[in-house]
Amino acid sequence: MLLHAIFFYLFASVTVASAVMVIASRNPVHSVLFLILAFVNAAGLFILMGAEFLAWILIIVYVGAVALLFLSVVMMLDVDFAELKSGMLSYLPIGALIGAVLLVELLIIVGAWAVGADVSKSITAPIPPSSQVSNTTALGLVLYTNYIYFFQAAGVILLVAMIGAIVLTLHHKPNVRRQIVAEQIARSKNTAIEIVKVKSGQGLS
Amino acid sequence: MTIGLGHYLSVAAIVFTLGVLGIFLNRKNVVIILMSIELILLSVNINLVAFSSFLGDIVGQVYALVVLTVAAAEAAIGLAILVAYFRNRGSIAVEDIDLLKG
Repeated sequence: MLLHAIFFYLFASVTVASAVMVIASRNPVHSVLFLILAFVNAAGLFILMGAEFLAWILIIVYVGAVALLFLSVVMMLDVDFAELKSGMLSYLPIGALIGAVLLVELLIIVGAWAVGADVSKSITAPIPPSSQVSNTTALGLVLYTNYIYFFQAAGVILLVAMIGAIVLTLHHKPNVRRQIVAEQIARSKNTAIEIVKVKSGQGLS
Repeated sequence: MTIGLGHYLSVAAIVFTLGVLGIFLNRKNVVIILMSIELILLSVNINLVAFSSFLGDIVGQVYALVVLTVAAAEAAIGLAILVAYFRNRGSIAVEDIDLLKG
């Protein structure tokens, strides 16, 4: 139990600290790297809560795909980020005020809130004991049966996102000659070859 | 020294607030705004998994998976819009993104 507490405070403090650095650091590349740190430590929190599959998904999807996408875009854009950073202090008072109000409200809710007595009756899919069924299996047993439409909808969302990203970033340069497959296939013998009868001794004019 | 549901919810609340604060502080820089949105979605995921774990209902993790999917799609589309915008205008400052005159 003590070990659990130690690891919780480790992961939680590093998550919060790196979240602060994400929004405060001057260099956006550093922001992305701190975002990766925050996600890895949140994955640690997930493992502490027994959600191992989501922890690995978080590392694979976020650190492996999303954060790398951020990193490549930040490095690709030739923008003076220091100039974008200016004026940050002028937004600090109103931002800090709203943030403080929001945080106090959320913490009041967390502190004053308790689980209702009959909540356990409305549980739809109880987590089986981890000694019998692993977390991945338990999640799959629910996800592929009762929540199959959610799963399909998630797939459709990813498909739409992929098509959208390709359509948004694909562009044709005007002066590049491209292969036109339809014209190539539509070529026949008549359009491709010209037969010239040459009389002997006269040559082509 | 037991770590209960409230501890995890507090962490999620702090990360959520930091995400909102990040949108306020970096309102000139779209990339940091997108990262702040990722932080907010991460805190929502921490909330969902915490409730799922402490109430003993695995459906919360299914929802967390869907939120994860939406977050990944949102990041991909957002960055694609950003790249297309930068290609057209040569800038990603939020003040310049006012073509719609809203």
